Amino acid sequence: MSVGKGMSEHYLDNSATTVTSENAAQKALMMMTTKYGNPSSLHKKGLEAELEINKAREIIADSLSVDADELYFTSGSTESNNTVIFGVASAKRRAGKKIVTTAIEHSSVMESLKKLENDGFEVIYLSPDENGVVPPSSFEQAVDENTILVAVMAVNNEIGSIQNIERISKIVKRKNPDVIFHCDAVQAYGKMVLKPKKYNVDTLCVSAHKVHGPKGIGALYIKKGVRIAPLIYGGEQQKKVRPGTESAPLIASFATAVEEFDIAKNREYVKSLNTYLKSELLKIDSVTINSSDDALEYVLNISVDSIKSETMLHHLEQDNVYVSSSSACAKGKKSYVLKALGLSDKLIDSSLRISFSKYNTKDDVDAFLASLKNGINTLAKSK
Amino acid sequence: MKEIILIKVGEIALKGLNRRSFEDVLIKNLKHRIHSLGKFNVSVAQSTIYIEPLSDDIDLDDVCERVSQVFGIVAFSRALVCEKSMDDILSKAGDYLYDELMGAKTFKVESKRSDKKFPLKSPEISATVGGKLLEQFPHLKVDVKNPEITVTVEVRDFGAYVRCKTLRGQGGIPVGTGGNAAILISGGIDSPVAAYMMSKRGIRLTAIHFASPPYTSERAHLKVEKLLKIVSRYSGTINMYTVPFTKIQEAIKDKCPQELFTIIMRRLMMQISQIIAEQNDCTALITGESLGQVASQTIHAMACTDEATSMLTFRPLIGMDKEEIIRISRKIGTFETSIEPYEDCCTVFTPKHPRTRPVLKFVKQAEEEAKLQDMINEAVENIKLTVINP
Repeated sequence: MSVGKGMSEHYLDNSATTVTSENAAQKALMMMTTKYGNPSSLHKKGLEAELEINKAREIIADSLSVDADELYFTSGSTESNNTVIFGVASAKRRAGKKIVTTAIEHSSVMESLKKLENDGFEVIYLSPDENGVVPPSSFEQAVDENTILVAVMAVNNEIGSIQNIERISKIVKRKNPDVIFHCDAVQAYGKMVLKPKKYNVDTLCVSAHKVHGPKGIGALYIKKGVRIAPLIYGGEQQKKVRPGTESAPLIASFATAVEEFDIAKNREYVKSLNTYLKSELLKIDSVTINSSDDALEYVLNISVDSIKSETMLHHLEQDNVYVSSSSACAKGKKSYVLKALGLSDKLIDSSLRISFSKYNTKDDVDAFLASLKNGINTLAKSK
Repeated sequence: MKEIILIKVGEIALKGLNRRSFEDVLIKNLKHRIHSLGKFNVSVAQSTIYIEPLSDDIDLDDVCERVSQVFGIVAFSRALVCEKSMDDILSKAGDYLYDELMGAKTFKVESKRSDKKFPLKSPEISATVGGKLLEQFPHLKVDVKNPEITVTVEVRDFGAYVRCKTLRGQGGIPVGTGGNAAILISGGIDSPVAAYMMSKRGIRLTAIHFASPPYTSERAHLKVEKLLKIVSRYSGTINMYTVPFTKIQEAIKDKCPQELFTIIMRRLMMQISQIIAEQNDCTALITGESLGQVASQTIHAMACTDEATSMLTFRPLIGMDKEEIIRISRKIGTFETSIEPYEDCCTVFTPKHPRTRPVLKFVKQAEEEAKLQDMINEAVENIKLTVINP
């Protein structure tokens, strides 16, 4: 790859995080050393920073075809998901106590909903089919007049399956127009076109570090008129929805990364890498491909017969090839996503996730394949 | 107000003619442990070690925490330093003990006078100081039988000291007075506890860890380093040797009967450890084995393992229950780290049904057929040293 420590590094774990683009990193440095004022300060240094934030907000809002004043900056999608889930539960608690979601959401959604369940909410987890897609029709049944929130991720982080947000939203809103429809779009952002307004989505979150921006910053779209009780309290920043001094360097850097989006071109390019990788993997007997053909091309989940994920991961790492064993946030735990797809324990224990970015090359794929084959031949098999 | 730490040396006071050298080692260990906190004067007189901070910015709480971790100390206390005059003692004691005395209802004063030239005798010192404190803290009552607080006034050769709380030391005997031994450390709960226990008996530790990348990860290695770092708070600096073990494990898996995998692996670990131990002037090996805990720790399996080396092997946990081991690991602070979940070598290779009553003859036969001896030398040649400091 052309960005990062060197050509010998084969980083194929871009669903975990991405390298920060040179321009985005430069922008953060400039903000920290030059436009370092507090955006709330009345003097010129403050204004300088505020103007950068305003510009960034416009750029990121544009990328989602929403208005800038509908966008709030958070520390990332874990915070955004928490904000929406607890904010809606608190604001709408008198309207009903039912929440509908899928069985393959990110842990920041799952764990927040578990907490609400303990507090007396009813949560319905809709199962995906074997491709990781939750049939839109199942929302028809699950949503009723007591439902206050529906949360559906756009693209799954472990297998890349795509949910049809537009159709699901239509069905949900027809059943109950008062429902808040939330979309965790972290893995879709920058990779496919997202238009929350058009899809009639009420809240949607994205994260900078998955799209070559810095870690620690994300954006949360909250449609005008939707009321969400804040998670934290403080100053007047961001209309009190998310108080606290805005991180101007991270926000400006995030926007720089977004300016470098070229969704259609990059997707076409990554698709060619994915297709090549898949065609080569099909030649290896002991490899099973877990992602369906309809999954987003940026993610490919596979299993290698009888070789534990961690063992293969550390073997690949010796050749500077970096992939992931299920979700990086859940070190050592069995993937509930793969379980929900109905995969056997054997497949789950040996699963690997390869995830691309625009910076990857065929060379990276070849390095992965070579190291993988070598591992299959030499590594001790588990029972 | 000037404060110092007074340390009563424990078991070492009983060691007759060796006492001086034990004390010297303890003082050296103490100095080494606290030197990063600032400059101190550490001295010994009349069975008491004095730690005197030489600047005002030293936080004695930090010093006390470290002192409490050094082996060879039964009890210690913080004390106020006074001039050897009743006026000075009376003017400072109340202020110094303010928090403790405000929180108590009853107290008594005890005095010790080793400087017999001091004009007042011990009972007179106690009475005078007690009277002054009663004046300053009218809510207090004297209770000589069962006081909540005992204020101690000591008049020694170099000064007078006022103290009230006695803190518990770590016990044991000073590290370095008991020779050197090598601990086989895995990253689990048991081996750090075994290391701690032997170090408590004065042993200076060397550590040996077996790593099998890619079956074990860099993080697993860091976990062991973190565990040893905690142990080193008690034991002092530890030299950790990492043995590359992948090839040997793969060879055992390929060439030996599956059910003997663990026992052969343990025997090779012991053999390699003995070589490294000898190279590092160690007289013994230490393991965290506890009888019957797992298949490789049955009496038969351990007899087999033990036969692999000629070196004295300490197994301080041998008769302990897991619960007892966990209690110590919580006390010394290694438990939370020990239970961090990282893949370790054993899970990929361990047989489903390991032999719990291995027969030595067959084990040795399998080892010979697999020709593992050359691999031992290769592993030893490629060990890597990491120095672990507290």
